[in-house]
Amino acid sequence: MMGRKPYIREVSKTTWWLKHPRYMNYMLREVTSLFIGLYTAVAIDGVWRLQQGREAWEHFIAWTFSTEAVFMHIVFLVFAVIHTTTWFNVTPKAMPMHVGDEPLPDAAIIGAHYAGWVVVSVLALLIAGK
Amino acid sequence: METITTDIAIVGAGGAGLRAAIAVAEADPSLSIALISKVYPMRSHTVAAEGGAAGVIKSDDKIEYHFHDTVAGGDWLTDQDAVEVFVNTIPKELTRLEHWGCPWSREASGKVAVRPFGGMKVMRTWFAADKTGFHILHTLFQTSIKYPSIKRFDEYYSTDLMVENGRCTGVTAIEMRTGIMKLFNAKAVIICSGGGGKVFPFSTNGSIKTGDGMAMAYRAGVPLKDMEFVQYHPTGLPITGILLTEGCRGEGAYLVNKDGYRYLQDYDLGKPEPTPRLKSMELGPRDRLSQCFWQEQRKGRTIKTPHGDMVHLDLRHLGEKKLNERLPMVLDLCRSYIGVDPVTQLVPIRPVVHYMMGGIHTDINAATPIKGLYAAGECACVSINGANRLGSNSLGELLVFGAIAGRNAVEYIKGEGRDLNAAGTTKLAADAKARVDAIFTKTSGTESVSGLRKEMNTTLEDGAGIYRTEAELKVACDKIDGIRARYSQVSVKDKSSVFNTDLIYTLELGSMLDVAQTIAHGALQRKESRGSHQRLDYPKRDDVNFLKHTMTHYTGGATPRIDYLDVKITTSQPAERIYGRDE
Amino acid sequence: MSNDRTITLEVMRYRPETDAAPSFQSYVVPYVEEWVVLDALNYVKDNLDTTVSYRWSCHMAVCGSCGMMIDGEPKLSCKAFLRDYGSKIRVEPLSHFPIERDLVVVIDDFIEKFTRIRPYIIAQSEKPVSEGEYLQTPAQLHKYKQFTLCINCLLCYAACPQYAHNPEFVGPAALSMAHRYNLDSRDSGRDLRQEVSASHEGVWECSFVGACSDVCPKHVDPAAAIQQTKIASTMDYYKALLPGGK
Repeated sequence: MMGRKPYIREVSKTTWWLKHPRYMNYMLREVTSLFIGLYTAVAIDGVWRLQQGREAWEHFIAWTFSTEAVFMHIVFLVFAVIHTTTWFNVTPKAMPMHVGDEPLPDAAIIGAHYAGWVVVSVLALLIAGK
Repeated sequence: METITTDIAIVGAGGAGLRAAIAVAEADPSLSIALISKVYPMRSHTVAAEGGAAGVIKSDDKIEYHFHDTVAGGDWLTDQDAVEVFVNTIPKELTRLEHWGCPWSREASGKVAVRPFGGMKVMRTWFAADKTGFHILHTLFQTSIKYPSIKRFDEYYSTDLMVENGRCTGVTAIEMRTGIMKLFNAKAVIICSGGGGKVFPFSTNGSIKTGDGMAMAYRAGVPLKDMEFVQYHPTGLPITGILLTEGCRGEGAYLVNKDGYRYLQDYDLGKPEPTPRLKSMELGPRDRLSQCFWQEQRKGRTIKTPHGDMVHLDLRHLGEKKLNERLPMVLDLCRSYIGVDPVTQLVPIRPVVHYMMGGIHTDINAATPIKGLYAAGECACVSINGANRLGSNSLGELLVFGAIAGRNAVEYIKGEGRDLNAAGTTKLAADAKARVDAIFTKTSGTESVSGLRKEMNTTLEDGAGIYRTEAELKVACDKIDGIRARYSQVSVKDKSSVFNTDLIYTLELGSMLDVAQTIAHGALQRKESRGSHQRLDYPKRDDVNFLKHTMTHYTGGATPRIDYLDVKITTSQPAERIYGRDE
Repeated sequence: MSNDRTITLEVMRYRPETDAAPSFQSYVVPYVEEWVVLDALNYVKDNLDTTVSYRWSCHMAVCGSCGMMIDGEPKLSCKAFLRDYGSKIRVEPLSHFPIERDLVVVIDDFIEKFTRIRPYIIAQSEKPVSEGEYLQTPAQLHKYKQFTLCINCLLCYAACPQYAHNPEFVGPAALSMAHRYNLDSRDSGRDLRQEVSASHEGVWECSFVGACSDVCPKHVDPAAAIQQTKIASTMDYYKALLPGGK
């Protein structure tokens, strides 16, 4: 091994994702999942209140109209939308589809996800509106 | 010196080298194989071949047609016994590649598709879009991984063949990552190191195509054959010389001059028709089409650009869908490298040095005159290409003769070459090391590698281009001889061991100068015009005096010695080459 | 083309016999409109400093030799045009690989992994050549064709943060090549390849950053290959739980 001395460049375990916008976007997608989790916790809390009885439920509903709760929901919504759309946009990679012999264009696969989202949202609003 | 003992050493891991290695491994898995290459196998220049590989497979085609197209295409300088072997074997080789996973383009039925190519009577070019060489190389490389007996020595630069008493006993090579020279002691050696197009300034060839294997065999005493025959491909991009495949014209592209006129009709190549007609117009052979460019240039009908004179390749009428499907790389290359979109724009192109028909002299068994030494692929001259290779015969050649070289090397080491008396090899290896050390350690040189390389490049282009004359060739020979003498005054500035490309470039220049000398001297001596070798002072083919292979011998002195070898004719007597009209 | 305009090329140098660590060396080279970064490097090598080492060959983006970091992004230097950069261009060896010397990296690790995934047809039974080709429709070809286009340039490994943190990760190019053979109608070697692909160091090490696909010069989309392998492996797992499953 005369003279050979391959040099290894260390990559920081903590700050690597600051090195490139691509990595920051990835971290954003991953971190936003936290807010999905937090919102899920709020939803579970609501169910929990509901089974505790009318008073607990009404208290919970009243809380959701408070300024901090509205603010929190807006924040959750923004991050949830970021999380959801970034995932929607990569679905053609994970699930390429064929119709007969022809590959389905990426836009169709992504579009189907958005369409599904709209349908579910409309249904939810209709049920909630009753 | 560290010695690696192996049954068979193969120098070069492109298409031919990989095919040879697999042939050896399949013939006898117990044999050890050292596959030595100055680059990783997938970097080899086979990767750049685009259009396809010809092989008779369709019902409207015949082996005899492929034979005749090849022989006539080579202006009867081909050895017809070798062409017979070639055309008979290639369909099997291409099918074998299919079994190994090559992603050939297909017909709707699932059968392999074929496309037309220049100088072919019937469509017979198998293709994988316009990346055929890439797919063949990667398929071979990936398949070679299957065979444990193939031991690769990637990034080893081979320097010298060991030859004792007329037998090859091995090869020395520098391990580039350490700079250490090693001896591969082998019962047989197969050279598959590719051509040397980089001796010219404007070439489709990659930087690695420096003729090292040719020069190594030449210095070891094997004659180089027909070196004056250098193929210009008619359609290279300006500036870089990047190749646009003949498949463009196979799919129906036109060649037009500055007036938008399909000028080939003026040169006895047939009448222009809207769709491609085989062996006519744009589907004429490469030598003729490149010569037509030169003629148009003299008539002032080419297009003047800052990058030299050009003509146009017109692909627009093929439509975007077909271009995307059949010629995706062509689209990408034009758009990226010259900012021209072939879907809507004319593509400027000009002839560019592409391939060397000549090479290490072998017989139809891929054997050289030195026992135990074989050669195949572009570095070799067997010769199936004669004075002009037909497009889509080179990929076939490396498969057919790579495999033949491998199998014959096995037969040899099991028979006559069974016992290896390599008593003198250590001394030979020490001599090789001393030769390289002398170049490496020299400190007082006055010449630079890049300076000499540029001089060599322009000398060959000026004197040994598409059309040649006695006076210009004499100048070229003198200049190349002079540059070769000045090579001893080169000093390597980089004195380190690890991945020293300064040293490698210097050794490569030495190889190129040997190759350049054989081209220039061979061309000067051949006083006729045949195929790619066109002499303005001898415009006719001369079958009386020159239906012969030029054999250039290394003398150790300032100039090579040249003699001639008769061409082998079996069934096809020399006749007129006819394109664009009935035979 | 302006004759006087120049640019500065900052080239990472590392000479293992004399240097403790890499450092940058600047070269002033002419600016030529049509030049790529590789042309500028060749200018340096031919005219300014013969000791700079780097790999290159085809100059047409197909041999895969000349990958390097150009202004921090993995690129083929033969397809990175000077006109797309500023007056100062920083050139470094590919990230995440050990530096052998200057711009040359050690790729032994990739070669070993590529070998391990068995990148060749494993057929159930060998069909004699005399019986002709296997039939494969254009649609069957289309299924895997994109994944055959990998030129092994290793830009994807240089972009992949997972590979940076866990060198055991089999990585994008090798995993997508495994997927390529798994999808080929002529192949039946998937089970063997899954031993590597579906292992912890295989697809499950990937967190779908997608950087590999962003930088791939041949649009192979290794990230897609890896996600598809994950889905197929998950299906395998659930199929095995069903009655009669393997």
